[in-house]
Amino acid sequence: MSNYLNHTSGWKSWAFTLDHKRIGIMYLVAILSSFLLGGIFAMLIRTELLSPGQTIMDADTYNRTFTLHGAIMIFLFIIPSIPAALGNFVLPVMLGAKDVAFPRLNLLSFWLYCGGAIFAVFSLVTKAVDTGWTFYTPYSTTTSASVISMTLGAVILGFSSIFTGLNFVVTIHKLRPKWMTFFKMPLFLWSLYATSIIQILATPVLGITLLLLIAERAMGIGIFDPGLGGDPVLYQHFFWFYSHPAVYIMILPAMGIVSELISVFSRKTIFGYRAIAYSSVAIALFGFFVWGHHMFTSGQSTLANMIFSLLTFSVSIPSAIKVFNWLATLYKGSISLAAPMLYALMFIFLFAIGGLTGLFLGTLATDVHLHDTYFVVAHFHYVMFGGTMIAFLGGLHYWWPKMFGRMYSEKLAALAAFLIFVGFNMTFFTQFVMGTRGMPRRYYNYPEEFTAAHQLSSVGSYIMGFGFVLIAAYLVYSLLWGKPAPGNPWGAATLEWSRCPSPPPHDNFAEVPSEDSDPYDYSLVKYDEESDSYHLA
Amino acid sequence: MKGIFSNPLFAQGFWMPIKGSSVAGDVDWIFQFILWVSLFFFVLVVGIMAVFVMRYRRRPGVEPEESPSHNTKLEIIWSVIPIILVMIMFYAGFKTYLGMETPPRSAHEVQVVGQKWQWTFIYPNGYSDPVLHLPINEPVQLLMRSDDVIHSLFVPAFRVKKDVVPGRFTKAWFEPTVAGVFPVYCAEYCGTGHSDMTTAVVVHEPGGFEEWMTTAANLYGDLPPAEAGQMLYAAKGCTACHSIDGSKMVGPSFKSVFGKTETMKSGEIITVDENYLRESIYNPQAKVLEGYEPVMPTYQGTINDEELGYIIEFIKSLAE
Repeated sequence: MSNYLNHTSGWKSWAFTLDHKRIGIMYLVAILSSFLLGGIFAMLIRTELLSPGQTIMDADTYNRTFTLHGAIMIFLFIIPSIPAALGNFVLPVMLGAKDVAFPRLNLLSFWLYCGGAIFAVFSLVTKAVDTGWTFYTPYSTTTSASVISMTLGAVILGFSSIFTGLNFVVTIHKLRPKWMTFFKMPLFLWSLYATSIIQILATPVLGITLLLLIAERAMGIGIFDPGLGGDPVLYQHFFWFYSHPAVYIMILPAMGIVSELISVFSRKTIFGYRAIAYSSVAIALFGFFVWGHHMFTSGQSTLANMIFSLLTFSVSIPSAIKVFNWLATLYKGSISLAAPMLYALMFIFLFAIGGLTGLFLGTLATDVHLHDTYFVVAHFHYVMFGGTMIAFLGGLHYWWPKMFGRMYSEKLAALAAFLIFVGFNMTFFTQFVMGTRGMPRRYYNYPEEFTAAHQLSSVGSYIMGFGFVLIAAYLVYSLLWGKPAPGNPWGAATLEWSRCPSPPPHDNFAEVPSEDSDPYDYSLVKYDEESDSYHLA
Repeated sequence: MKGIFSNPLFAQGFWMPIKGSSVAGDVDWIFQFILWVSLFFFVLVVGIMAVFVMRYRRRPGVEPEESPSHNTKLEIIWSVIPIILVMIMFYAGFKTYLGMETPPRSAHEVQVVGQKWQWTFIYPNGYSDPVLHLPINEPVQLLMRSDDVIHSLFVPAFRVKKDVVPGRFTKAWFEPTVAGVFPVYCAEYCGTGHSDMTTAVVVHEPGGFEEWMTTAANLYGDLPPAEAGQMLYAAKGCTACHSIDGSKMVGPSFKSVFGKTETMKSGEIITVDENYLRESIYNPQAKVLEGYEPVMPTYQGTINDEELGYIIEFIKSLAE
């Protein structure tokens, strides 16, 4: 049967494709390569920290390693992971559309991503950046490392991100079928919509900031360097004005995936649809007004700190509401523990810890002590890894049969999920404890008393690493020899499963689904034993 | 790997380090409050999740039961309760923070300079030291500046942290309440030696700080004794009456005086040795040299024993 994978062949049919599905797959390959690179750096960091002082590398190499780990994971992996890879593949099909609104712009986004990645990796082979992924001035304007190459890479990646956001907003507005009002859209689309708004509004500020940084470094124009009449804290304001909303670029689509998974795998209409949809938009908006909480100890005024602390707590409420809605969705459901659902439940567990530990950091008195310690490192790993990465894995396992028309081994998937869960908590829960005891972050050397905790953390990271190797192995096996996937193995009611074969044909739908349908009405799809699949009733 | 709980890390309890300052108790109280609220909600969420997952596991042929997809009352409750709780956290955190940002008028000032990769603490008397020494139970304000990039002074035992930013002063204050030695870290990444930019804060028992300062502030301590004596010769004002080139001033010259045999006003003949010099500095009128007036004041209390030793070494070095 003709599908988007075998529709045409040859490398040009991929490199110049305008098919959102192929672009999504190319993104998937690109971000997974970045994740591998960033993950190798993570393993090197944890290995170096097995003992105080030098273990496997010197201080300068360590500083470069954690900088590259952070920069690659954030700019090349997490930010594009769900929207650009999974979103690109899923969004138009979920919407009942044949493609995104601007397919050429979509292809440009992908190649810009590759261009930005080349600049970033170029700084690796020259003199790797040692500034931390935040590029704080005046360190970043005075270090001898190749800051310009890396930041220019981030600027280019920013354009890629803006174009994707723009494309998604226009697609959602213009390409929905007539019957699909905003409140009949799957929640994943709501979350991608909210994410896109942030990408469009916040990313230009990052671009401007990094260009100013480059201007200062290359031409000596005093903007941030006090030696030239600039203000180093101004840089932090600019940087976090983007980078805090960027946290929501990372977590909102993850929440969108979890909303889909929880509903599908309990065969229950999502509880509080409107509350979840509105809370995505609320998080996107509030997220713009909390950047100052990264700077409580910077010498920022007490009044500013008070306001930023208050606003920070406002973001916690919509997140809490989502968690309660997911729990209520499980109530009286028919809960399957297939791999995607394992990740969704794991998300709730880990994101609860990530979110709740944020309360300690939003509170002024406790943040002063915890800021820039391992507590913060643990907190954002619980949100970004425990949240975004876990949801990405859930989404990947969920849409994998749709993308490639193959099933994977459920048993191995459950084993890998278990290894990642255990390894992750070992790695990062330990770091909460170290942080409250005063262990500062970005430390190559550390006091003897932290040795045992660091070793426990490192062993956890190896377990986690092994889990990922296992995932890579069974997914590659699935691609080559996996059991062919039916059209709708999970019994989902959204259009990409209910009205589109696996893998989808080149045009997604022979004709645009014209019938009104509720994305969470599971009475629409019935299980058929013979084909081991669900079909429209 | 040794049992983690026998680790010295946990000597003071599981979460926070020793409470070493006047605000640490309040900060830890807020920490504990948030911790227990968080634990409650975490157990609630994960507990409910676990119960539902077991109770409503998928069984072949069993469709999910009907249940509402929306419940306004429930949704308001689970929005309002968290709002109230986080507002309490905000208020408690802000109130304590205000105190942490407002030094009492009586605070002593110590200047701090952060530079790659060391701390320097400058005391009011001009003495500087790489270790922060403080008296117990007295508020101290740090006036901090950086000579290069951003650093951050972090004393976990005091629950205090403040960035040290080039191009401006930043301030931090605290009141140490426990005597002892506590670690000081740089918490803002500053390059190669960032993790070695650590030092200690020494909190002295009452009186101990002054004692330390007297010894430490001895600026001549590192010089060879004779050179230290030469500096003291100038610093203590000896130059006004005693030459070192043999010329006669109000008092006898120090040149070649050591080891000489001299006649006193009383007619007594003595040899100038260490004990004679000591007596002449602390009790100048006891033995006055022939040909001089007994006008020299005592230096008991202004020149201490250590300094006296240096001055004597200096005078000895001028002997032939």
